[in-house]
Amino acid sequence: MVEFFTTTNLGIVLLTLGQILLLILPLLGALAFLMYADRKVWAAVQMRRGPNVVGPFGLLQSFADLLKYVFKEIVVPAGADKTVFFLAPMISFVLALIAWAVIPFNDGWVLADINVAILYVFAISSLEVYGVIMGGWASNSKYPFLGSLRSAAQMISYEVSIGLIIIGVIISTGSMNFGDIVNAQDGNAGLFNWYWVAHFPMLFLFFISALAETNRPPFDLPEAESELVAGYQVEYSSTPFLLFMIGELTAVVLMCALVTLLFLGGWLSPIPGLPDGVIWMILKMVFCFFIFAMVKAITPRYRYDQLMRLGWKVFLPMSLAWVVIVAFLAKYEVLGGFWARWTIGG
Amino acid sequence: MISSDLSIILPEIALAIFAMVALIVAVYTAKDKLAPMLTWLTAAVFVILAFWIGTGSDSTRVAFEGAFVDDGFARFAKVTILLSAAAVLVMSLDYLEKRDLLRFEYPLLIALAAVGMMVMVSAGDLMALYMGLELQSLSLYVVASLRRDSAKSTEAGLKYFVLGALSSGLLLYGASLTYGFAGTTLFAGIIEAAGNEPSLGLIFGLVFLISGFAFKVSAAPFHMWTPDVYEGSPTPVTAFFATAPKVAAMALFARVVHDAFGGNVGDWQQIVAFLAVVSMFLGAIAAIGQTNIKRLMAYSSIAHMGFALMGLAAGTAFGVQAMLIYMAIYVTMNIGTFAFILSMERDGRPVTDIASLKMYSRSEPLKALAMLVLLFSLAGVPPMVGFFGKFYVLRAAYDAGLAWLAIAGVVASVIGAFYYLRIVYFMYFGETEEPLDGQMSPALWAALMVSAAVMVFGVVNLFGIEPLAAAAAETLVN
Amino acid sequence: MTVADFIFYVFALSTLVGGLFTVVSRNPVHSVLWLILAFLSAAGLFILLGAEFVAMLLMIVYVGAVAVLFLFVVMMLDVDFAELKAEMTKYMPLALLIGVIILMQLALAFGAWGYSDGIETRLAAPVDGGIQNTAGLGTLLYDKYFMLFQLAGLILLVAMIGAIVLTLRHRQDIKRQDILAQMYRDPAKAMELKDVKPGQGL
Repeated sequence: MVEFFTTTNLGIVLLTLGQILLLILPLLGALAFLMYADRKVWAAVQMRRGPNVVGPFGLLQSFADLLKYVFKEIVVPAGADKTVFFLAPMISFVLALIAWAVIPFNDGWVLADINVAILYVFAISSLEVYGVIMGGWASNSKYPFLGSLRSAAQMISYEVSIGLIIIGVIISTGSMNFGDIVNAQDGNAGLFNWYWVAHFPMLFLFFISALAETNRPPFDLPEAESELVAGYQVEYSSTPFLLFMIGELTAVVLMCALVTLLFLGGWLSPIPGLPDGVIWMILKMVFCFFIFAMVKAITPRYRYDQLMRLGWKVFLPMSLAWVVIVAFLAKYEVLGGFWARWTIGG
Repeated sequence: MISSDLSIILPEIALAIFAMVALIVAVYTAKDKLAPMLTWLTAAVFVILAFWIGTGSDSTRVAFEGAFVDDGFARFAKVTILLSAAAVLVMSLDYLEKRDLLRFEYPLLIALAAVGMMVMVSAGDLMALYMGLELQSLSLYVVASLRRDSAKSTEAGLKYFVLGALSSGLLLYGASLTYGFAGTTLFAGIIEAAGNEPSLGLIFGLVFLISGFAFKVSAAPFHMWTPDVYEGSPTPVTAFFATAPKVAAMALFARVVHDAFGGNVGDWQQIVAFLAVVSMFLGAIAAIGQTNIKRLMAYSSIAHMGFALMGLAAGTAFGVQAMLIYMAIYVTMNIGTFAFILSMERDGRPVTDIASLKMYSRSEPLKALAMLVLLFSLAGVPPMVGFFGKFYVLRAAYDAGLAWLAIAGVVASVIGAFYYLRIVYFMYFGETEEPLDGQMSPALWAALMVSAAVMVFGVVNLFGIEPLAAAAAETLVN
Repeated sequence: MTVADFIFYVFALSTLVGGLFTVVSRNPVHSVLWLILAFLSAAGLFILLGAEFVAMLLMIVYVGAVAVLFLFVVMMLDVDFAELKAEMTKYMPLALLIGVIILMQLALAFGAWGYSDGIETRLAAPVDGGIQNTAGLGTLLYDKYFMLFQLAGLILLVAMIGAIVLTLRHRQDIKRQDILAQMYRDPAKAMELKDVKPGQGL
């Protein structure tokens, strides 16, 4: 039985498929509840009740929404480029999912343990802009088009600083593998060993850039409902819209996973002595998601030129300077190699 | 390993760092107000570097496992490039300032182009060659459209850019074929791999490479961009195009055919000879109909490149020496001529029409005389220095058994003399129209007079560049 | 045919198809999308070669940034491509002739292609096998190819200077936002609170 899955071609394919399902099904299930949590947090901040009708405490609200989306009619605008119009949400959805292939949840619990994992995630997340651009263009309508243009400029701008921040972490670790990055954060001091201390300012830069990268408030200009109605999603309805929404939310959760892995020690336990494990990873991701939801609830939207200014004139110089500083700190092993943990990782 | 390599490329590093520091300083302080000062400073840095390189070691040193070669040939070319670039920078100051074109980026782009040219002439590897070439070309594309509100200048930049990209493509294609055959991009490796009986693939690579170089030196039939770019660019930029980049491209050409394909002289000799003949005749004949002096100088430079290529076509050390001497003389003549063209203005507006020079000698006898000397020298009339340049390349071609090429050169130079003499005719005999403005900035006046004086007094011993060029050629061809 | 062979043919085919449709596609936006397919397939081919770092860079730089800018520009262009095409058909025969001649010459070169003697020694791997190719690339770029690497940086610098020189116009007649001035503005000095009694006004 074991031989069948490890030696024959068919077996390997089946095994991989099984692993993929094992990853994706819980992920999509969790998304339903995260969506619910997002709305609940938002409601709580605004002193509303939020979804509370479907199921106990409204827990099944997301599933009701799902059914509604799927069973509604798909409306295609008259002048739309049909192929691209339907390709866009699929790209958005698929890209959001395939990035999870390299995300480990525990030591070794990863679908593809490749040595350029972090670059892979970065590459995939830089492709996500295509879903938005293509959707906006193919709708053949003004608001979506404006939204997609905004999104293109915004995502490229913030990708640059995300990339530089990641480089800082890579310099410290000497490896681009997530397992190595997390293991490099292991130590006797628990949560003070993690990179959020060593790369302190970058945690915030990364988090804010992640907000911009995923088009979340306060950087949700591509879909700013007060100016662009719903931006690139205006013309979408039913299942394509659902795909966009899932794609967006998955990207947010992916960013939570990235923050966790890069700065918050992944599956490592925060208190020395307690066992490490997948539960820590999930708790940290949920915590990050909570912050994402809080930011959405409490911040007003940025103006577009401010967004660009922040990206290019503040974040880019800061992250670039940090790369240089970390390179020096690592090379000369300042503080006993606090920034140079190559022996653990690479 | 790396620190010894770095000490060999120190002049290039110094220039690049100067450009970057100056850029940052200018951006964060007075910006364009610093431009005149930066122009002078850049020119001074060029002169200092030229002095440093010229008086430095005279051995052949190799850095980065052969990718960078610092030999006598490279040093000769670098000194020529740096000095001519410095002269053109100083000359351009007045013109650009008057027309509000003097941006502080201009001297820095020229400095970065100079870095590219220095790498080009020292390249010992196809990759270093390409990097230097692109650095130089990209800076030149930008300065060509420096006058961005003028359609002609923009056209010049765009045309140069598009055709330059095409020629870079040809060059890269040739480089990849060469690499595919030889398995290395190092010139030393290629010459070893090629042996004396190269395969067809290598010859294809060689042809593509030469096409790319021919574009960069504006040799016919790859010259189409030259007149438009010369005409559209601001005149100081045209002056720059006509001098340093031509030396760099020619030196690079010589370096590749000798260092990488030195074993297959027969294969490239015919191509280079063909380019030389076509360029000489095209430059001489097409220039006859021109009335714009900048276009005329473009065709003149095409013809001159033909002559320089004739020296290269000889395929001998003496040929390279003749080419180096020719290029040095050509650059000196062009600096003087462009100093004159830069001063051609009527009511403060630049004029480029040849007819405007009518009876120039009556109002400005001294300048007209200087220009006369320069034009005679460009035409190759003895006893000006320009004649000796032509004499050397013709002799090199004749000695190498290319008598037909030498004869063609003589014929072409006789045809070409016509249009230079036409300008002289205008200056001394034409009907008077509105006269040009008389005044000339001291820098331009000095450049014009020095260059003309060199054309006359250089006859004695060519200021001793002959043995220097011979030594330089000796390090390349062996 | 092994799985790797199969995947190679899939990627190779999609690279070719992507390239072909980039050229023949009527709609320029579709052209860019096909180009992206070609880039992605090329990245796949790099992975098959074991050059995973280059593959990821191809995706990040070309697909993630360069092609986005292409798409950005092409979407906003309002060029009548039919007219351009008409212009092009005029020169088509000549272009085809030149293309066919070059193709035949290249076929000739391919037919008579031979490698130089001792090419294997010259082609030897520049770094030891066994290290990850990211580390290998780093070692080479900062040692043997240091000069080329820095020159590439200078070229990009020139491109940036050029873009700024040729396009940036500093307009004087618009209002600008000075963030620092806004932040350091003291509310106590900038405004005055007045207690207005009901029904009285100021």
